Amino acid sequence: MSDEFVFADPKPVLEPKPDVKQFYWTMWVGVVAVFTVWWLLYQSLQHLANWLTYDLFGLSAGSHLGETLAFFLYDVPKILLLLSGMIFLVSVIRTFLSPEKTRKLLGGKRQGFGNGLAALLGVATPFCSCSAVPLFIGFVESGIPLGVTFSFLIAAPMVNEVALVLLLGLFGWQIAALYFISGVTIAIVAGIVIGLIPNIERGVEDFVWQISVGESKSSAKKLTWANRFQQAGQTTREILGKVWLYVVIGIAVGAVIHGYVPEDAMVGILGKDVWWSVPAAVLLGIPMYSNAAGVIPIIHALMEKGSSLGPTLAFMMSVVALSLPEMIILRRVLKLRLIITFISIVAVGIIFIGYLFNLVI
Amino acid sequence: MIIKILGMGCANCKRVKALAAEVASELGTEATIEEVTDVKNIMSYGIMQTPGIVIDEKLIGSGGVPTKEQMQQMIQSAMG
Repeated sequence: MSDEFVFADPKPVLEPKPDVKQFYWTMWVGVVAVFTVWWLLYQSLQHLANWLTYDLFGLSAGSHLGETLAFFLYDVPKILLLLSGMIFLVSVIRTFLSPEKTRKLLGGKRQGFGNGLAALLGVATPFCSCSAVPLFIGFVESGIPLGVTFSFLIAAPMVNEVALVLLLGLFGWQIAALYFISGVTIAIVAGIVIGLIPNIERGVEDFVWQISVGESKSSAKKLTWANRFQQAGQTTREILGKVWLYVVIGIAVGAVIHGYVPEDAMVGILGKDVWWSVPAAVLLGIPMYSNAAGVIPIIHALMEKGSSLGPTLAFMMSVVALSLPEMIILRRVLKLRLIITFISIVAVGIIFIGYLFNLVI
Repeated sequence: MIIKILGMGCANCKRVKALAAEVASELGTEATIEEVTDVKNIMSYGIMQTPGIVIDEKLIGSGGVPTKEQMQQMIQSAMG
């Protein structure tokens, strides 16, 4: 998700050199102060939302409109606060990683262990799906096995920080952890399965094997903590700028569902006992392209109305991991045969996880 | 000066192109700005993230939209 511009040769970067010691001192104080304000705000959200709804606007508790508004006024700032805090944290961690470093880490790793490492790095490496082609070629050309490369490409969009934050904020940490573990597991298993298919290399467009990749010169400069915070701040602003509207709309739709749709309305469609709901959710998710930011609040509201966890999480995974635009990008380096194989294997994995959720919870 | 923008038509590539054109004209330099969309060609510069910026066949950087100041530095230092 990160779009940090990196100089190939770090020398020409001119940066003002402030009084380093004093700068550091104020920076850390600033970070602590911001965190404190963040925490206090976060703690007072429920009171604030209730006060606004029931005291200021004078709506009665239990009314449809009151419920809807209180839900909306509580969830929007909560999720936006959580997002800004978590994305900042993740972005700071990500300043330690880059696709080039990831490639180096994965070089010479075998199937199996390599898949596990690739899936975890897929979660942690800053990566935008618009760079999927150069990344794919860069990986494959440096001798990383195809299956390992796929593990990375599956995990990267599926387990992203925005999805995790929303799940954490709306569903609690257990569901967020479950999503993380199953996302990484699907990425590992699907990558291993793809790697085991005989002659899988033939599914890659022939020209890929003939490309001579120029030597990578991107030698990221040594970053100071101030650089990292600054970069993370910028990334946070960028990501929030992209997703905030989806979050607000998603929560608004969710709030309306919360306030107006009768309980148990979804049991017949997305309930546990409807066997076809998981595969249907996955199929429905493939052509949809949305970021997790818009989908999760709606899913959350639907779950309150009786839909079960399996199809809803399956739907979400399908939306983010198997998006049509990304497949079109990958079509430039993969033959249609391999794209279809890739989609099928991941879809089966998601369906399996969906049923598992229905069984367990 | 020839400025090449490496990328397969992504939104950021367009932004970099526009920024390069803006800065070049502000600095009053004759710059030809080309978009390189061919995968083989892009990969020959060894980047792993698009967009990439190449000035006079030298890879300057990749992976995002530089700030205006960074773009000014790149073009100024290429002007010599």
